[in-house]
Amino acid sequence: MDELTGLVSEAERLIAEASDIQALDQVRVHFLGKKGSFTELMKGLGKLSAEERPAAGQAINQAKGAVQQALEARKQTLKDEVLHARLESEKVDVTLPGRGQQTGGLHPVTLTLQRIESLFSQLGFSVAEGPEIEDDFHNFEALNIPETHPARAMHDTFYFDAHTLLRTHTSPVQIRTMKQGQPPLRIIAPGRVYRCDSDLTHTPMFHQVEGLMVDENVSFAQLKGVMDDFLRNFFEADLAVRFRPSYFPFTEPSAEADIQCVMCGGEGCRVCSHTGWIEILGCGMVHPEVFRHVGIDSEKYTGFAFGLGVERMAMLRYGVNDLRLFFENDLRFLQQFN
Amino acid sequence: MKFSEQWLREWVNPSVSTEELCHQLTMAGLEVDAVEPVAALFSGVVVAEVLSVEPHPDADKLRVTQVNVGEGEPVQIVCGAANVRPGLRVPCAMVGAVLPGDFKIKKAKLRGVPSNGMLASASELGLVESAEGLMELPTDAPVGTNFRDYLQLDDVTIELGLTPNRGDCLSIAGIARETGVLNHADVSGPACEAVASSIDDSFSVAINAPEACPRYLGRVIRGVNVAAETPLWMAERLRRSGIRSLSAVVDVTNYVLLELGQPMHAFDLGKLSGGIQVRMATAGEKIKLLNDTEVELDGETLVIADGNGPVAMAGVMGGSASAVGDATRDIFLESAFFTPAAIAGKARRYGLHTDSSHRFERGVSPQMATKAIARATALLLDIVGGDVGPVVEVCSEANLPKAHPITLRHARVTRVLGTEVAKDSIEEILCRLEMKVESVDGGWQVTAPAFRFDITIEEDLIEEIGRIIGYSNLPSIRPHGSLTMGERPEAKLSIADLAAVLVERGYQEAITYTFVEPKMQQLLDPQRETIALANPISADMSVMRTTLWAGLLPVLQHNLNRQQGRVRLFEYGLRFLPQGDGELVQDNVLAGVVYGEVLPEQWGSESMKIDFFDIKGDVEAVLGLTGCVSDFAFRAESHPALHPGQSARISRDGRDIGWLGALHPSLEQKLGLSGQTFLFEIESSAITSGNVAKFGEISKFPAIRRDIAVEMDRDISAMRLFDTVKSAAPDNLRNLKLFDVYEGEHIDSGRKSLALGLTLQAQSRTLTDSEVDSAIDAVVRTLANELGAKLRE
Ligand SMILES: [Zn+2]
Repeated sequence: MDELTGLVSEAERLIAEASDIQALDQVRVHFLGKKGSFTELMKGLGKLSAEERPAAGQAINQAKGAVQQALEARKQTLKDEVLHARLESEKVDVTLPGRGQQTGGLHPVTLTLQRIESLFSQLGFSVAEGPEIEDDFHNFEALNIPETHPARAMHDTFYFDAHTLLRTHTSPVQIRTMKQGQPPLRIIAPGRVYRCDSDLTHTPMFHQVEGLMVDENVSFAQLKGVMDDFLRNFFEADLAVRFRPSYFPFTEPSAEADIQCVMCGGEGCRVCSHTGWIEILGCGMVHPEVFRHVGIDSEKYTGFAFGLGVERMAMLRYGVNDLRLFFENDLRFLQQFN
Repeated sequence: MKFSEQWLREWVNPSVSTEELCHQLTMAGLEVDAVEPVAALFSGVVVAEVLSVEPHPDADKLRVTQVNVGEGEPVQIVCGAANVRPGLRVPCAMVGAVLPGDFKIKKAKLRGVPSNGMLASASELGLVESAEGLMELPTDAPVGTNFRDYLQLDDVTIELGLTPNRGDCLSIAGIARETGVLNHADVSGPACEAVASSIDDSFSVAINAPEACPRYLGRVIRGVNVAAETPLWMAERLRRSGIRSLSAVVDVTNYVLLELGQPMHAFDLGKLSGGIQVRMATAGEKIKLLNDTEVELDGETLVIADGNGPVAMAGVMGGSASAVGDATRDIFLESAFFTPAAIAGKARRYGLHTDSSHRFERGVSPQMATKAIARATALLLDIVGGDVGPVVEVCSEANLPKAHPITLRHARVTRVLGTEVAKDSIEEILCRLEMKVESVDGGWQVTAPAFRFDITIEEDLIEEIGRIIGYSNLPSIRPHGSLTMGERPEAKLSIADLAAVLVERGYQEAITYTFVEPKMQQLLDPQRETIALANPISADMSVMRTTLWAGLLPVLQHNLNRQQGRVRLFEYGLRFLPQGDGELVQDNVLAGVVYGEVLPEQWGSESMKIDFFDIKGDVEAVLGLTGCVSDFAFRAESHPALHPGQSARISRDGRDIGWLGALHPSLEQKLGLSGQTFLFEIESSAITSGNVAKFGEISKFPAIRRDIAVEMDRDISAMRLFDTVKSAAPDNLRNLKLFDVYEGEHIDSGRKSLALGLTLQAQSRTLTDSEVDSAIDAVVRTLANELGAKLRE
């Protein structure tokens, strides 16, 4: 029995001394292997009498179990130490910046256009496009602006020749859409437009969104409703909106919509020329003459149209104070919208 | 249209404040653009009389005056103005006065002589921009009166931004009429009684173009005093309307224009010969106009002519030869109705725009000419005197605008406005607007007054009803409709999808002008025709781009000049390609420009300049969105703007759709770029259609990969190698990967080595080694036969 106790304590000492998994495994082989000390002891049981054998066998098994346990425990400790050392060595400074490509971004005019499109698409408006080099018919004639009309002077048109020009508004897309399809129609037409004008508050190219809704019972009251909803959703504010009579040759009745100034909340500031109101869009009921040009029966159908300046919307939305920044494409400007 | 509020209130005076009045006008469609005080703030200025003027003992240009300021003793004021003289009545700023610009008047000594105040010019009082000498007041100006009260300066100038349809509001009379309608207030103007003739002299008038000029009134006034002063009240009203006082005769015609909206003209009768003829010009006829320019007339221009030729461009501007001048004794006064169609666009054709043409092209009431000539005659008699002859009137009734009754249906009003307006309200509104209203079944027959040229159809009347009710008082409702689901073709890509890929890869979107500098355009696309603007803003924005690079490269330069070292930009938009047959293609393209490092500066990764394959990777990522990668091909082809060894034509299914490459080094140099710049441009219609994904069975059997390295001529393209491999390999070649390209040591010059990984896999069984070996052998043999490629061991 003393021999057994000595063997166990010897094993425990060697287990404790083992500094890595390999050394520990050698200890295991030495005691528990096929030729190990405990195997030898078991072999010696045969020399004992039948009465003594069970007790002695049990004692050996117990001692063997104790060694096995010690081995397992030590193995776990060593594994933990290895893992711990690895974790310690693999520690990083998580505050160092991440690597890789930096994402770019869309132009603020595009962001604004996408926002406008997504709002109108909820009402089933789809996007229509048209050419930027237009003919006189689509840009003016079909919109009830004959050559001598005083409204032509307001358009500062870029010409290529007597009949070819850069569109001065997105309204020609109305004409092209109505010529192609029959009501009900719900479209918006975003795009570049051009006026021969360049100063602090005008760039010779800018963007407009034209909208058109034609159906059997489209009314001015609905125009007001849609514009009210749109402006409040675009600016995400419960803004006051007012409609004033105005004049566009291609709508009758015509209106301009003003919103309560988003900069000063209507108190009056430089942006709103101290009026508290900002002119934001032109709109009206499609003129019967326009319907006639595109072959839609104005007795059967009525419609509304509207047009708004995208840069102006973007300036008010993002607080941009200089129109010309939009076309300089300075990265320090563009990256502010990423 | 600018006008004085006081003047308006003389016609109609509702009990509303200035602010409310302006709000009313704006909300009725006569938008108030500005409200300005008619004079800057000043105080302590009185009407004074100069009693005596003595030379200053020590200054040649100064005079010492004694001035009667009403109360108390005369005051001594030293004055430098040339027009100071005894008896003159002038505004005088007393000691303690504060003039515009916070200029305080104090007791002072000028070159040793005490001066107790200042005699003022109109500009010193902030009434005009500049003035010569003291402001001279009429001899009956009451001395001692506060000058602000005397001139009634507590008034504002209201500026309306009138839309072209409201020509009827281009006068005090018109605005007063509208104000009366809005306030249910009475409107009354000055009497415009006909002035009887005192002499029989007249000048003959003939109309040869009655459709352009249906009515022409003229009269002779003899013995006028053209040197007479314009009365201060009239000069002030003109000033407050933004019109400079010129001479009494011209001032009167301008005054009547403002008051009644009728443009008039006064000729020097002595310079006219024969008689007046209103006719179309003969092409090539010339006239020197009042603004001193000579114009050559075309045959569509209406003129007023005498026996010697045109003396005025009708309704636009008078000629200088027959203008009233200092020597004029007798005048011929014109008051006519020219139709809008005759005048519209004419002034613009000659680069002119006058108060007269502005009104005639919008429409002046044909009834107004008679009233206006009476009003002008009365004013002229008062101011310049003279003897008046009878009014000569020529009128073609047949050519006067006819008032057509318009049918207005009550149901249509409801349908267009989206709300029902009571019948009697509609009648009341239309009557207030001076329309003739006759009830008929379901609505009315409405006739608009002669001054409303903008009312021609039912919708015009509906607008008037809505306008007078007030748009703010109309309901705002959400439309109802049938819920129709729109199409969403899955194989269709939006430009936003493509842009998102580029944005993710670090690109910033730019929007550049579509008109570009011709030189830049020429450098980038020298062989292409361009279309040029006839009236560009400037020469460097005059031709329409045929490539977006023409706008993107200047943006690159702009940013490099502002210390940016790494620039990746893309733009989406139209390019404009004139075709040989006179047709023009405008199609959308997606283009990019890239410069600088592959990655933004960062730790732990080496900085690396971009090369062709970085940007090709970006382009492939965009093309990959279509899901049809194998449709696209890149082939070496040269482009005038690109590096001949680094440029590729991109095609889809054999159709060329774009370019990719490095900017040509010689262009780099011309544009002052110090590093390699890469460009791409692709037709967007070619990359916005793709495939709807289709599932293919996944093999359950193992895949086997074999790697081979082959050596071949440097000039054989990778694409050719791939095609050859694919043609030689069995159907079960799943994947072909290029994992190395090597040139240099151990390889003959002019040769290169490419390492390929071939993965084979069958759908229904495990491939055997010998099958794979013989497949690879076949590939290697074909490569040797077709490309002269050698297997490297
Ligand atoms: Zn504001």
